[in-house]
Amino acid sequence: MTMIFGIPLQAFMGQLLIGLINGSFYALLSLGLAVIFGLLRVINFAHGAQYMLGAFAALLLAMYGGVSYWVALLLAPVIVGLTAAVVEKTMLSRLYKLDHLYGLLFTFGLALVIEGTFRYFFGASGKPYPAPSALSGASNLGFMVLPNYRGWVVVASLAVCIATWALIERTKLGAYLRAATENPSLVQAFGINVPLLLTLTYALGAGLAAFAGVLAAPIYQVSPLMGSNIIIVVFAVVVVGGMGSIMGAIVTGYLLGIAEGLTKVFYPEASNIVIFVIMAIVLILRPAGLFGKDV
Amino acid sequence: MAHAHSNPEATAGTDAPAPHPQAARIRIAIVLALLMLALIAPLGVYPIFLMKLLCFALFAAAFNLLLGYTGLLSFGHAAFFGGSAYFTAHAAKVWGFTPELAILTGVIGAAGLGLVIGLIALRRQGIYFTMITLALAQMFYFFCLQAGFTHGEDGIQSVPRGHLFGLIDLSHTLTMYYFVLAVFLIGILVIWRFVNSPFGMILKSIRENENRAISLGYSVTRYKLGAFVMSAALAGLAGGMKALVFQFATLTDVTWQMSGEVVLMTLLGGIGTLLGPVFGAGLIVTLQNYLATSNFPVTIITGLVFMVCVLLFRRGLVGEFYASRLGRRLGFNPEN
Repeated sequence: MTMIFGIPLQAFMGQLLIGLINGSFYALLSLGLAVIFGLLRVINFAHGAQYMLGAFAALLLAMYGGVSYWVALLLAPVIVGLTAAVVEKTMLSRLYKLDHLYGLLFTFGLALVIEGTFRYFFGASGKPYPAPSALSGASNLGFMVLPNYRGWVVVASLAVCIATWALIERTKLGAYLRAATENPSLVQAFGINVPLLLTLTYALGAGLAAFAGVLAAPIYQVSPLMGSNIIIVVFAVVVVGGMGSIMGAIVTGYLLGIAEGLTKVFYPEASNIVIFVIMAIVLILRPAGLFGKDV
Repeated sequence: MAHAHSNPEATAGTDAPAPHPQAARIRIAIVLALLMLALIAPLGVYPIFLMKLLCFALFAAAFNLLLGYTGLLSFGHAAFFGGSAYFTAHAAKVWGFTPELAILTGVIGAAGLGLVIGLIALRRQGIYFTMITLALAQMFYFFCLQAGFTHGEDGIQSVPRGHLFGLIDLSHTLTMYYFVLAVFLIGILVIWRFVNSPFGMILKSIRENENRAISLGYSVTRYKLGAFVMSAALAGLAGGMKALVFQFATLTDVTWQMSGEVVLMTLLGGIGTLLGPVFGAGLIVTLQNYLATSNFPVTIITGLVFMVCVLLFRRGLVGEFYASRLGRRLGFNPEN
C-alpha cells in the first residue's frame, strides 16, 4: 500500500476530501458574511441559522411538495433570501446608523429565535435527506474512491464562489455595490437606490448560506443545531482571511478546511480546535489577517 | 460602543430638569432599601434561587465593566465564568482547599485565561475583537470537553462547600447565602471603585474617543487589557461561587450560549450602569426559572428579548429609568 508521511494514502486522501468538503462550506459561508459585512457593516450572526434554514427548506419541500433536490437547490436560497429581505427591510435597516455591534446583537437574537423555533417543532435530532439518485454511488479515481455527491459539492461550491466573485468584481451591479461600500451617500446622489442595494445584498448573503445548507443536507443530517456549530468556526475563518477581500474569504475557507482535515490524520484530538489555533497564530503574526488591509 | 452617546435619541432631552431637593438622600435610601431587601430575601424566596441570581448578577456586572465602561463587546465571557467554576471545583474537591482559597484559585485561573485571550483578541478592534473572543472561548470549550480534570460531559460533581476559613460551615444554605451575598457586594464595590478611579476615567475616555486618548499619550491597549483581565477575574469570582453553590461545574457554563446570555442580561438591564446588569440578570434568571417547567424553549424568548432590546430600548431598563425625567431629577447620571 502506498504510504504518505507514514499514513496510508487512502486514509490521507479520505481526510483531505473531508477537509475539502468542510472547506467548501466554510468558503461559501465566509463569502456570504464578507459580502454582507462589506456593504452593511453588519456581522450576520444569523448566517448559521440561514444555512440551517436552507437545509430545512429542502427537507420540507421534499416532504410536503415532493420537490426534487435540484429544484430545492434553486428554490431554497430564494425562499431564505426573501425572508432575509423582509427582516432587513423591517428591522435590520433601522440599525445601520448605530454602532455596528447592535447589528451583531440583533442577528444573534434572530438566530436564537429561528433555532429555538425549529427545535421546538422538529426536535434536536438530525433528519436524513437523501442525495439525488444521479449522484449516488462512487467513482474509483485509482488512488481513492470518491463518492460522487462529495465531488459534486466541491465543484458546485467552487462554481458558486467564483460566480459570486465575478458578480461583485466584474458586473455593473457589482460596481454599484463596491461603490456603495466606499461612499454610500455619493452613490445615492448619483441616483442609485442604495437602500434597495442593501436589501439585495443581505438577501444574497443569506441565499448563499441557504445554498450551502442544501448542499450540506445529504452529507450531514438536517438538524436545527447544524448552523450554530459551524458559524463560530466560520467567524474564525473570517478573522483569518480578513473581510476586506471576497477572494480572500473564499481561499481562506478552503485552506482552513483542508488544514482541519489534515489535522484529523496526524493529530485527531486537535481537529476541533486547529482553526482557532491558526486564527490565534495569524493574529499574533499578522493582525490584519491574511488578506486584510485594515486592522 | 453601546452607549448613550452612540444613540441619536440620547441627546434629545438635554434640558436638565430641576434636581429634586432631597436627591442625594433618596439615592442613598434606594441603595439601602435594596440592601435590606437582599438581607431579608431568603425569608420569602428559595435561597438557592437567590444565590444563582447573585452569581449571575455579579457575572453580568463584571461583563459590563468591559462593555459599558470600556466599550469592548466580548462574546467569550463564558470561558472565564465556566473556567473558574472548573478551577474552583477542582481545587475544592481534589486538592481539598477551603472555599475562599478554592474561589481564589478560580479567580486567578480566570484572570490568567483573560490575560491570554485579551492579549490575542486586542490585536484587532470592534467587530473583529468580538468574533475573536467568541472563537477563543469556543476553543476553551473544546479544551474543557477533552481535558481530563473536567470529566467531559459529566463535569465535576459533588463539590464540597467546605468550611469558610476552616471555621464556618457553608453546608447550611442560609450561611452560604450570606457568604454569597457578601462576596457579591464586595465584587460590586470593587467594580464601583474601579469605574470611578483614574484608571476607570481613562477607560471611559477610550470608549468615547480612542484616538484622542492615544494622542494624549495613553497606551490604550494596555488599559484595555487591564480592563479585560479585571473583568475576567470578576467573572471568575462569580463562576467560582456558582460552582460552590450548586456543588458542580459543567460544560453548560463554558458554552457560547452562556456568553450570549450575559450579553443579554447587561443589554436588558442597561449597558454602562452599575445596577443595570444586576436587574437584567434577575429578570433573565427568573424567566428561565419560570420557563424551566414548561417545554417551551427558552431560546425563543431570549432571542425575542434580544431583538426587542436592540430595536426599541437600547438603554435597557435601568438606563431608561436613569434617562427619564424622574431619574434625572433624582440625580442619576445615565452617562455613568
